[in-house]
Amino acid sequence: MTPGDLLSLTPAGLYCPAGDFFIDPLRPSPRALITHAHSDHARAGHGEVLATRETLDLMAIRHGPGFARVVQPIEPREKLVLGPIEVSFHPAGHVLGSCQIRLSGKRGTWIVSGDYKREADPTCAPFEAVPCDVFISEATFGLPVFSRWRARVEIEKLLASAQLFPERAHLVGAYSLGKAQRVMAMLRAAGYARPIYIHGAMEKITDYYIKAGVELGEIRKTAEADRATLGGEIVICPPSALQDAWSRKFPDPVLAFASGWMRVRGRARQRGVELPLVISDHADWDALTQTIRETGCSRLLVTHGEADALVHWARGDGLEAEPLRLAGYGDEGETALAENV
Amino acid sequence: MNAFARLLDRLGFEPSRTNKLRLMTEFFRETADPDRGYALAALTGTLSFRHAKSGLVRALIAERVDPVLFALSYDFVGDLSETAALLWPAPNESIGVGGEINPPEPTLSEIVHALGDSSKSDLPGKLARWLDALDETGRWALLKLITGSLRIGVSARLAKTAVAGLGGKTANEIEEVWHGLAPPYLDLFAWMEGREDRPDPSDPAPFCLAMLAHAITEADFEGLDPAEFIAEWKWDGVRVQAVSGQDHQGVRATRLFSRTGEDISAAFPDLIESLEQIRASGFALDGELLILREGRTQSFNVLQQRLNRKTVSARLIAEFPAHIRAYDLLRLDGEDLRSLPFAERRRRLESFVAAGASPRLDLSPVVAFGTWAELAKARLEPDQFGAGADAQAIEGVMLKRADSIYTPGRPKGLWHKWKRDPFRIDAVLMYAQRGHGKRSSLYSDYTFGVWREEDGARRLVPVGKAYFGFTDAELAQIDRYVRAHTINRFGPVHEVGHDESQGLVLEIAFEGLNRSSRHKSGVAMRFPRVARIRWDKPAGEADSLETLSALIKSGV
Repeated sequence: MTPGDLLSLTPAGLYCPAGDFFIDPLRPSPRALITHAHSDHARAGHGEVLATRETLDLMAIRHGPGFARVVQPIEPREKLVLGPIEVSFHPAGHVLGSCQIRLSGKRGTWIVSGDYKREADPTCAPFEAVPCDVFISEATFGLPVFSRWRARVEIEKLLASAQLFPERAHLVGAYSLGKAQRVMAMLRAAGYARPIYIHGAMEKITDYYIKAGVELGEIRKTAEADRATLGGEIVICPPSALQDAWSRKFPDPVLAFASGWMRVRGRARQRGVELPLVISDHADWDALTQTIRETGCSRLLVTHGEADALVHWARGDGLEAEPLRLAGYGDEGETALAENV
Repeated sequence: MNAFARLLDRLGFEPSRTNKLRLMTEFFRETADPDRGYALAALTGTLSFRHAKSGLVRALIAERVDPVLFALSYDFVGDLSETAALLWPAPNESIGVGGEINPPEPTLSEIVHALGDSSKSDLPGKLARWLDALDETGRWALLKLITGSLRIGVSARLAKTAVAGLGGKTANEIEEVWHGLAPPYLDLFAWMEGREDRPDPSDPAPFCLAMLAHAITEADFEGLDPAEFIAEWKWDGVRVQAVSGQDHQGVRATRLFSRTGEDISAAFPDLIESLEQIRASGFALDGELLILREGRTQSFNVLQQRLNRKTVSARLIAEFPAHIRAYDLLRLDGEDLRSLPFAERRRRLESFVAAGASPRLDLSPVVAFGTWAELAKARLEPDQFGAGADAQAIEGVMLKRADSIYTPGRPKGLWHKWKRDPFRIDAVLMYAQRGHGKRSSLYSDYTFGVWREEDGARRLVPVGKAYFGFTDAELAQIDRYVRAHTINRFGPVHEVGHDESQGLVLEIAFEGLNRSSRHKSGVAMRFPRVARIRWDKPAGEADSLETLSALIKSGV
C-alpha cells in the first residue's frame, strides 16, 4: 500500500484515514466496521461498531452485550457516508450476517472481502460480486490443491458412513459459528430426518440461527441425553471436543471433522480424524480466482492465508498484486490449526 | 486399482490395529488373484519399479501445472504423490460436457506388469493415461505405489497377519516361508484357502525375526536382581543379522540382513566374503555392524559413510572396513538355538566365534558388575571398565536376562537398553520449514544456532536441525510463533527473528558431536531433538560455540 491509498496498513489492521475508521481491527479502536462475527475479525472493546444486525447480535452472544460503547446496525447495500467516503456492506456468503465492505471515494472503489465463499449455503445470503478497482481478498485456501469443494458430496459421505456403522455415534467436529449450522442444514437438505444432537458450546448460536429463520429441523442438546445411548446418531461438536474425554462416552464414536484442511491427508492424521469431510466456509482456489476476475479489479491485495500463490497467479493474470501479511487473523481464523475453516 | 486405493485410503485414517486387520483380511478375501497378491507385495514393500521415480511424477505434473504454484502446493502438502494427485486436471472436468467416457480403470496387476515391462520412454504416456482414468484417491494411491512410500501405518508384519487371518494361521507361520515366496503369492493364498500344501521354504539362509529391547531408566531398577542379568556394551553401530546356509545341492548362501529383515548383502561384499570362510554348515548370528581401523572401533559418524548404498566401491571398502561384533547366536549347523536361555546361547556363541577365527568377526564382551551402582559407573565411563579406546563407539549398556529365550518382537522384562544420557545445549531458533507426513503444512523443521564471536560482535551460527522431540501442542505453539515472527522468506524456508533482543530458545538434546567441514560452524550433532522450549530464556543467554567445541575436546 502507498500513501494516498483509500486504506492503509497499521498495527491495528486496515485503516481508512479519510473516513477515520478501521475494518476488522485487531486492537480496540475508536470506530470499527466489522465484516463478520468470527472472533478474530470481531473483537471486543471498540468504541463504535458498524456491522449487520446479525453480526452485532452474534458478537453480543459471544462477547456479552457490552462488547462496544456504541453499535450501529447496517443493512446490506445501504449507503453510508463517512467523511468523504461512501461505504456499503454486501453479502459475503461466509456465515450468517457476513458481508464484504465496499469503500468508494475520489480515488476509486475498494472492496474488503473479509472471509467469503461461493458454494451454496442454506444458512446465509450468497456472495455478491461487486465491481471494484482494488479487491482486498482473504486467501485461507489460496493454493490450487484446495479446489473442487463439493460439500454436498461430503455430506453424502457422512450419511453413507452413518448407514455403514449404524451402531456407532458419528461425531462431527465443526466450528460453532456457521460451519455447525451449515452442516445441520445440509443434512436436512440431503433428506436426513433423525434428530441432530449438538454440543453445549454451540447451543446459543444454534438457537440464534433458528430464531433468524434458518430451518434446522429437530435439534437436541447432548447435555440432556445419555451419550452412551446415542449409537447411530449424528452429533455436532466443536473440533476441540473430538479429543476430549467428552467424546469417549459415546458408543464407539466415528470421529469426523468438517474443514477445508481435510483435503490434505496429513491434516486429518494430525487430528486423529477417521472421517475427513472437506467442507469449508472459505472460497477454494477456483472460487478465489473466479471472484477476483468477476470484480474486474486491476489491483489485488491479500490480507491473510496462503497469499504467495494467489499473488503469483494474479500477476500472471495481468493484475497488480501484493500480500499484506496481516498477522492476527489466525488466533481463530487462518492459521493451519484454526478450526473455523 | 480403485478398490485397492480405497483400502489404502481407509487404512491411512484407521487408528485401530484390529480394524486395520479386518479391512485388509476382507480385501484379501474379496479380491481375486493375482491382484490381491500384488496388493500384498505393495503392502509389504516387496514391489519396486526401476524407472518409476519421483522425477517422473514431477515431470508429468510440470507439463500441466504452473511451476511456482506446484512448488508452493508441494511445500504446503508435504507429499509429492498427494500434491500431484490433487493438482492433476481430471479429464472429465476439463473436457466438460460432451459425454466423453474416461478410459477404463487399470487393474493393479496391469499396472505392475506394465511398469515391469515398460522402457523408460513409454512410461510417462502410460502413467498419464492411468491417472486420467482413476479418481482422486486412485491417483494418490497409484503415485504412492510407484514412488514406493505408502506410509499408511501398516507394517509388513501386519499385512502378513491379515493374510494369515484368511486361513486361521499365524503371522510367524507365514514368516517362516516368506523368503521362498514371490509376488503375486499364488501359492501362499492357495495354502491359506486350504487348496494347496504349505509352500516349501527352500531358502537356505532365511532371516530370523529380531528380538528387541525396552528402554530403561534408573527408576526401573528397583525390584530387578543384578544376578539375573548379563550386561554388554550397547554399540553405536547398526544392528544386523548374518546368516549362512546350504541348499539341497550344497550351494552356500551367506547374507546380511538389517534389523527389519532387509537384505543388505550387496553393500557389504567384504564382510560377506569373510563370513563365507567360516567353517560351519550354517549359522545365524545377531551383532553390531561397525567400522574397525587398526583394531579401533570407529564412531557412528564414520560408519555412516558406508550406509544406505546399493553398491560399494573398492576405495570405500578399503577406507571403511566393515566388521561384526557378535552378541547372539540363533542357529548353528541346522540347530535352532532360539529356545535356549541367553546364557547358554552366549556360551555357544563364544566357542563359535573362537573357532571361526574370522578377522571380521569378534565377540561383544560382557561387562562385569555386581550391583546396579557398579553398572551405572560402567555406563558413564566405559573406558575405565574394559572398553578402553573403543569407548567412543559405546552409547550405553544392554541388559539381558540370563534365562531369556530369543523371542521375536519386543517382549516385556527380558532385554533392556540403558543409553547414556544425552548432551544438552540451549540454542536459538533461526529458520523454520514445513514438515512432511503427519507434520505437513506445519512449521516443524527447525534450524537452530548458537552464539559466536565475530569481528568483535556476537552472531548466531547455525549448528543443526531438529524436527522432533516436541508434543503436538508444543508444535502448534512453535508453528504460531514462527508465523508471527517471520522476518524473511527464502522459498519454503522462513527466517525467524533472532538477535540479542528477540528469538526463541530451544533446549536441544543430542547424542554426540563431531567435527565437520561441511557445516559452517565446524561441528555436526548426532541425533539432535528439541528437549524443551525455553519460553522463559532470552535469546542472548543461549549457549555459545565455544561451549559446544569444548564438548568435542572432552571427547564427546
